[in-house]
Amino acid sequence: MRQRPETMRRFTTAERWIHRTTAVLMGVALLTAAFLYLPALAELVGRRRLLVSVHEWTGLLLPLPLLAGLAFRAVRADLGRLNRFGPHDRRWLSAALRHRTVGRPVPAGKFNAGQKLYAAFTAGAVLVMLGTGLLMWFTHLAPLVWRTGATFVHDWLALAIAVLVLGHIWMAARDPEARRGMRTGWVSRAWARREHPLWEKESPDAQPRP
Amino acid sequence: MGKDGTGAPVGRRVVLGMLGLGAAGVAAGGYLQSGLDNLLASVTAKDPTGLSGLLPGGQGFRFYSVADSVPHRSAADYRLTVDGLVDRPTTYTLERLRAMPRTRLVRDVQCVTGWRVPHYAFTGVRLADLLAQAGVRPEAKALRFTCFDGVYSESLTLDQARRPDMLVAYEMDDKPVTAAHGGPVRLYAAPMYFYKSAKWLSGITLTDHVQPGYWEHYGYDMDAWVGRSNGRTDAPTS
Repeated sequence: MRQRPETMRRFTTAERWIHRTTAVLMGVALLTAAFLYLPALAELVGRRRLLVSVHEWTGLLLPLPLLAGLAFRAVRADLGRLNRFGPHDRRWLSAALRHRTVGRPVPAGKFNAGQKLYAAFTAGAVLVMLGTGLLMWFTHLAPLVWRTGATFVHDWLALAIAVLVLGHIWMAARDPEARRGMRTGWVSRAWARREHPLWEKESPDAQPRP
Repeated sequence: MGKDGTGAPVGRRVVLGMLGLGAAGVAAGGYLQSGLDNLLASVTAKDPTGLSGLLPGGQGFRFYSVADSVPHRSAADYRLTVDGLVDRPTTYTLERLRAMPRTRLVRDVQCVTGWRVPHYAFTGVRLADLLAQAGVRPEAKALRFTCFDGVYSESLTLDQARRPDMLVAYEMDDKPVTAAHGGPVRLYAAPMYFYKSAKWLSGITLTDHVQPGYWEHYGYDMDAWVGRSNGRTDAPTS
């Protein structure tokens, strides 16, 4: 495909579908969790067995989009980027921790260090929730004290996930161009230069145009 | 992949670290949660916003219903029927139940999913008194409880039902039982896991054998003694 000069390809179709399906599954898991867990919401809907079944199956399906996505080279490449932390990521993090990202931007690659940590946290969280969820689902799998422990981890990690997912949505709500990147796969070069300058420089189109 | 794709594999370390922490949490969580319960109980007691009630494991009831919505029945409309293998099938109004001898029990409430509410008062009529009034026939061996949510049911053996800590309760915490808690009248099976204490109680039928209740169809124990059933080892409540 010929690259349009003022836009850059940020996400492939496969990546965007992984994001969409994972987002829907995560949303359903969090919503059913809220209705199972918060008495005020539970009183509104009842139907406990139905909610439990939906929650369990959503949890089982949650890792599948990304696993299926491993078949695509672009997905594996972006996972490689998310995994590795270079010196610029450490600078970005320490600046972010000192609230210095505004006004004096710290160069980031295709993903900044915050996005990398969020991705790693989500991957770890989904696996831990899956494991503890299975212990609570199939009660004969483990002794009781493990089940109590699994409930403890599942409850508190759910709270952390809810907070971080809300933060993720809040960041997206503040950045229309980032949302466009996830919706259409393309972002403007100006946005990339501002938010992800190291990535913008990599692109073959980055040479000065006549 | 450019500059971005090199460096330490921090992402993998975060994932592995979380798996390790998760496993440690599963191993130690039982002990941590009971410590947190005590801490949260003291926080919740002083929290005017009620927000701390949203945290996991804070003391208090959790609302469980298998029906579509909370069924409502006013104190005036409420009826409890006792029938089946009895000499005198009877229908009780709330007023008539209140006129019978009262029993007030203060025990811990223990749910089979783990939460426990300490020292909670239930007031009502002893099941044994209702059975005596109805006149249980010799062939009766068990009780089947039905509820006006239209879905839930429970069971007890006759011997269990005649214990002095089995109540048909119309007050919780010395106030009328609210609709969300199963009011106006619910069962209170003090020595058993709380799923036995059927909400919205509307019928007691004497049967010649134990008929499994709602959750018992899904593998819960019929004899739900706290600490001695459902694979759990909680401290007894009675």
